[in-house]
Amino acid sequence: MADPMRIRAQVAGDKATVRVLMSHEMETGQRKDSAGKTIPAWFIQDVAATHNGKPVFAAQWGPAISKNPFLQFTVKGAKAGDKIAVTWVDNRGEKRTDEATVS
Amino acid sequence: MMQTRRKLLQHSAAVAGMLAGVGLLPQTASASWNKAAFEAKNMAELVRAMGASAPTESKDVTITGPDIAENGAVVPVGCSTTLAGVKKLMILVEKNPNMLCAMFDVTDGVDGSFTTRVKMGQSSDVYAVAITTDNKVLFSRKEIKVTLGGCGG
Repeated sequence: MADPMRIRAQVAGDKATVRVLMSHEMETGQRKDSAGKTIPAWFIQDVAATHNGKPVFAAQWGPAISKNPFLQFTVKGAKAGDKIAVTWVDNRGEKRTDEATVS
Repeated sequence: MMQTRRKLLQHSAAVAGMLAGVGLLPQTASASWNKAAFEAKNMAELVRAMGASAPTESKDVTITGPDIAENGAVVPVGCSTTLAGVKKLMILVEKNPNMLCAMFDVTDGVDGSFTTRVKMGQSSDVYAVAITTDNKVLFSRKEIKVTLGGCGG
């Protein structure tokens, strides 16, 4: 199972800036190992976020996103104490969801 | 006049050839993940995969990033737009094996501004592309120089 994400959500005016640091290998499928065999691609394909259970954000990623991906977005109308949950799904079907409270 | 016409014809033929290739790509397991878009090698293929019209440069879309990136494996890049009615924002790296890095859905709940970190194989133009609800494609570009590539083994 993948390591937990680090999520920080901070209020700025009537919005909240959400910063997410995920733990993932993000293998492109273009690199070769020492034996010359191609390392199969393994990367996050879908990212989604909810604000108090309501979907607000969705993204599709390719293998060109860096290892241990960083993501920043801004949620409108979020207040301190609101819940932001982020989910990712990779191309092997593994997924992980983590939740943070807006501060 | 003849010169332009000839160029135009050559260009359309080339684009048509690429498009034929896109149509034959197998479908991906994940329903929402647009495989054709992520395998597109250039802007024409990508626009076709997204079913949108020809791209135009726009000041209302911005790309942010460093002028020089020391490590191509981790290049901080942001895209944003001030326009209303944008449904998708994308980050593209022109000289990567596949151009499309990330595609963000813009909803009412979030600002049209996203930041992430991408890999770049070599110095290249980086694009922010916005697709509006009426399928117009707007982009802006920025050159980022990479001193150490991020795609090699």
